[in-house]
Amino acid sequence: MRESTVMKIHYGTALAAVALVAVHILMRLTMGYAESLEYENVLANYKFVPYAIMLEIILVLLAVHGFNGLRVILLELKQGRLYEKSVSYGCLIGMIGLIAYGSRTIIMTNMGIV
Amino acid sequence: MAQVSSISNEQSQTAKSVTLKISRYNPEHDESSGFMEFNVQYEKWTTVLEAILDVKKHFDHSVAVRYSCRQATCGSCGMIINGKPRLACFTKISELDSNVVTVEPMNNFPVIRDLAVKFEKLFDTHQKIKPYLIRDDTELVSDEKEFLQTPEEVEQYIQFANCIKCGLCNSACPTMATDSSFVGPQALAQAYRYVADSRDKGKDSRLKIIDDSHGIWRCHFAGSCSQVCPKGVDPAMGIQLLRGYMLGFKS
Ligand code: HEM
Ligand code: SF4
Ligand code: FES
Repeated sequence: MRESTVMKIHYGTALAAVALVAVHILMRLTMGYAESLEYENVLANYKFVPYAIMLEIILVLLAVHGFNGLRVILLELKQGRLYEKSVSYGCLIGMIGLIAYGSRTIIMTNMGIV
Repeated sequence: MAQVSSISNEQSQTAKSVTLKISRYNPEHDESSGFMEFNVQYEKWTTVLEAILDVKKHFDHSVAVRYSCRQATCGSCGMIINGKPRLACFTKISELDSNVVTVEPMNNFPVIRDLAVKFEKLFDTHQKIKPYLIRDDTELVSDEKEFLQTPEEVEQYIQFANCIKCGLCNSACPTMATDSSFVGPQALAQAYRYVADSRDKGKDSRLKIIDDSHGIWRCHFAGSCSQVCPKGVDPAMGIQLLRGYMLGFKS
């Protein structure tokens, strides 16, 4: 992928995350902050499908943004063909891994498996 | 390696003295760099380059320094003076307001010896961005007209045309410090200089060259380049304007 395409995604995910994380934080204020984080309420959040979808989107946005950011930091730290290839693929694998693990939590909780 | 020497002859009434600390390093046989100290006389108008040349003339001819024009035009004499990248011929000792003047080779460049650094990579990256007008026709053919520009069109790029390739901006850039493949602010500012020139038709090919994993995107807006440029070029702004083209805000 072209570097400009990657960076457009990087900036785009950051902007979208600002909007969705704001909603995510505002949801904590629909009741007392501590209360909103109690076990039953958290489970209820996950079971509310539109909210679960939003959590999933935030997960994807920040995993893509964060791992690409990590790739950038590592590419600037050290150079070399093999190193740079490992960094790029390593970050891609980490990104996919994190999304898979987070999605598993969201889907299982939503379906009431835990 | 410390050595203290001073010139006592030819002292004028207005001369003051300052300690000039010169970084000495020969990669061929030195493990690391060290400083040599010299006591030099200076007038209000004495430049750091003149003080270094004084040291070469009177104390130690082996101090390696690169210079040519002595008037901030050739871009040869960049070095770190009291911690900041500057042109030695364009920096007066009196303006530094210090009893000690420390001179070191520019950061982010391999040292040849003492204050002289290798410019090969600077010139290579400069050349890589195609620093010339790209178009099929030419004004050299007799029946062709000149390529006229309005004052507004000239305004778009003219400050960037003042670059003298001294490398001070690359020396100040924090990305250059760790990313040895980074194209750097000097070449990026020049890429903008030609992309923004209404006579040029090479925008796409130039944007493609800098759209690389060690290209324009590795600038993180530190802005150090623009703070040190002796010619009033604002490479940081050029880079942001160039980003405008790449993100589709400009065409
Ligand atoms: C929603 C708020 C966020 C915004 C607006 C944002 C914005 C940005 C922007 C504009 C950059 C590029 C900076 C540059 O090129 O110099 C960046 C880089 C980066 N971001 Fe974020 N980001 C946000 C959240 C996050 C989060 C939550 C993480 C961690 C998971 C993260 C990790 C990174 C990393 C590692 C970099 C690379 C460092 C760098 O390029 O300077 N960001 N972010
Ligand atoms: S932009 Fe300024 S600091 Fe950088 S090389 Fe050109 S003249 Fe020197
Ligand atoms: S000697 Fe030419 S710029 Fe300083």
